[in-house]
Amino acid sequence: MALRQCAIYGKGGIGKSTTTQNLVSALAELGNNVMIVGCDPKADSTRLILHAKAQTTIMSLAAEAGSVEDLELEDVLKAGYRGIKCVESGGPEPGVGCAGRGVITAINFLEEEGAYDDELDFVFYDVLGDVVCGGFAMPIRENKAQEIYIVCSGEMMAMYAANNIAKGIVKYANSGSVRLAGLICNSRETAREDELISALAAKIGTTMIHFVPRDNVVQRAEIRRMTVIEYEPAAKQAEEYRQLAIKIRDNKNFVIPTPITMDELEELMMEFGIIDDVDESIVGKTAAEEAIA
Amino acid sequence: MAALTKEETEALIQEVLEIYPEQARKDRAKHLAVNDQSLEKSNKCITSNRKSQPGVMTIRGCAYAGSKGVVWGPIKDMIHISHGPVGCGQYSRAGRRNYYVGTTGINTFGTMNFTSDFTEKDIVFGGDKKLAKIMNEIEELFPLNKGISIQSECPIGLIGDDIEAVAKKANKEIGKPVVPVRCEGFRGVSQSLGHHIANDAIRDWVLENRDGDESFPTTPYDVAVIGDYNIGGDAWASRTLLEEMGLRVVAQWSGDGTIAEMEKTPKVKLNLIHCYRSMNYIARHMEEKYKIPWIEYNFFGPTKIAESLRKIAALFDETIQAGAEKVIAKYQAEYDAVIAKYKPRLQGKRVMLYVGGLRPRHVIGAYEDLGMEVVGTGYEFGHNDDYDRTIKEMGNATLIYDDVTGYEFEEFVKRVQPDLIGSGIKEKYIFQKMGIPFRQMHSWDYSGPYHGYDGFAIFARDMDMTLNNPCWKQVKVPWKTDDTSKVAVAAGA
Repeated sequence: MALRQCAIYGKGGIGKSTTTQNLVSALAELGNNVMIVGCDPKADSTRLILHAKAQTTIMSLAAEAGSVEDLELEDVLKAGYRGIKCVESGGPEPGVGCAGRGVITAINFLEEEGAYDDELDFVFYDVLGDVVCGGFAMPIRENKAQEIYIVCSGEMMAMYAANNIAKGIVKYANSGSVRLAGLICNSRETAREDELISALAAKIGTTMIHFVPRDNVVQRAEIRRMTVIEYEPAAKQAEEYRQLAIKIRDNKNFVIPTPITMDELEELMMEFGIIDDVDESIVGKTAAEEAIA
Repeated sequence: MAALTKEETEALIQEVLEIYPEQARKDRAKHLAVNDQSLEKSNKCITSNRKSQPGVMTIRGCAYAGSKGVVWGPIKDMIHISHGPVGCGQYSRAGRRNYYVGTTGINTFGTMNFTSDFTEKDIVFGGDKKLAKIMNEIEELFPLNKGISIQSECPIGLIGDDIEAVAKKANKEIGKPVVPVRCEGFRGVSQSLGHHIANDAIRDWVLENRDGDESFPTTPYDVAVIGDYNIGGDAWASRTLLEEMGLRVVAQWSGDGTIAEMEKTPKVKLNLIHCYRSMNYIARHMEEKYKIPWIEYNFFGPTKIAESLRKIAALFDETIQAGAEKVIAKYQAEYDAVIAKYKPRLQGKRVMLYVGGLRPRHVIGAYEDLGMEVVGTGYEFGHNDDYDRTIKEMGNATLIYDDVTGYEFEEFVKRVQPDLIGSGIKEKYIFQKMGIPFRQMHSWDYSGPYHGYDGFAIFARDMDMTLNNPCWKQVKVPWKTDDTSKVAVAAGA
């Protein structure tokens, strides 16, 4: 099987890293060779696989060694649960330097050092929430990830973010081979969430590939720095991640997304009762002003 | 070749513009003009200080060049860190020929390159810690430095380094001025914004250092020379004249200058501005804050020198006015002899100029003193106040070109066929290969000074030895080539 490269995007805090690691564990269980590339200076994309607090990152090792050219692949690539290869790009503390450049440097390093070998079936890029600059779009440039999965929920801001990410994908889809491969709904238990996300997916030209219900076993596993797949393989939630893994493995629905306008998005949310009909007369009015009126 | 008429010059501009696509043509048309002395304001005929069009081979530099290369670099007793990757500092090192007195590496640092030599890790993790370390090393290795300036290269602005905080901390630690300058190369449309940013940094980090300190004894004749970069010794040749007429030059900005001179400048009675473009900002600031008047002057060629000396003297008492006349009289025999020697060799020769922000107008008088005529001129990074000042200096129907493109300059030269071109290193070899005598008017072609009476003698000699050099007779230019020489060229090839 040819190597498939997938990138996971989505609003900050939506559960990208947790979902990715559980999904990747399930893929590994199915017998796939998988690598996770963490593209977030926080470097927390691989901790559940490695049972580690935070992995040593490419950029921190490069800073110690002098330059990235001084590093060897085995310095940065760690194998975890079921042989899943883990690597973190790393980057600066909040407020200094250029995290985006860290992602670019790290991915270039992995390519040059031959990290993408023939044995691999999947590479997953777990990317920081907001695609704030070119560096965080690096995983979806030419010859990198071809499939993008957006993690979202039925909350308003998560849907805004998903639609915005779809806009970003259009740009790169037109110049390369990157495609939107589906929305993963990581449930926040909002009303009619699965229907809503399915409707949003349909509007932007894709599908909700799986609805991952909310389950406290995820947190219990996380406290132990483990995925659910490893911590409690018989749990119902583990089965959900396995289904997600199978759906992604068999997925052939790769599209250039058709992001919708803000008005369309608001309409959709109104339809599902997430927001009320916009009453222009209250826009910009403080609570105190409303009390007087 | 006879001078072009107004109509012919207009037609020439139209013809040269023709090659451009429509949008570029519309844009470039605004930057090319036929001089008309009757105009009061240049914005009637020319647009300047705008973004260059892609692909035109502009000759401009960047904001870093304007700050590090022009304004700050010549302050000799400070160390100027080119903050960022190594190239910006290394490839501009010592290129401007700002002469200075001192022992390089001990108490002066003008021709040295100090850089933070950024690599990937500095971009990703930020360079503030490295910068702080560098300043400690500087203090240890070069203890006689009188201060440090941080000249930002592009990445500093992109990655959001807080060089101001690092500068303040270092200033407390080493007890010397540490000046952060936000002159990232991508800012603005040319080096001009770099001059402005550098001026603002002087205003914010240097000028107030001795406010309230009256220990410096002043005289009624204290002046500062502002905007003379001492290229090939220009400021020295200028300073002599000012001192001989009775003035006391307290500060030279910034050629052969020191940070102490800059700090004392708010104490002077008058600021004398040579390069208006690069330092008018600080002169205006001192006028506003310290009530120090300023005037522009021009020390190229005896006519402009005498005019300027009298203009400066008029702002002082009779002693100085008499001093100015004495100076003019004292050197008269010298400059008369220069003119007597060179004018017959240069009379009627036509010059085209394309320089930075001052010389396109300031050197016209010096050429005229030698009987030469400037038939085309333009600025790399001038603003409209520069062109306002140029209109009166140039003859009617001469060519004015702003941010000239490689193509335009070549075409203008082919048609106007000047006897001499004065421009920079990037233009030099193109025109020399076309068989046209050329002088570098940024660096004085490794010669100088050209300012003052001493400088005029060298200027006249240089123009003569370039223009009348027998080598030009050996160059077969295509439009003068006869059949026999074509054969010779072919055989030679």
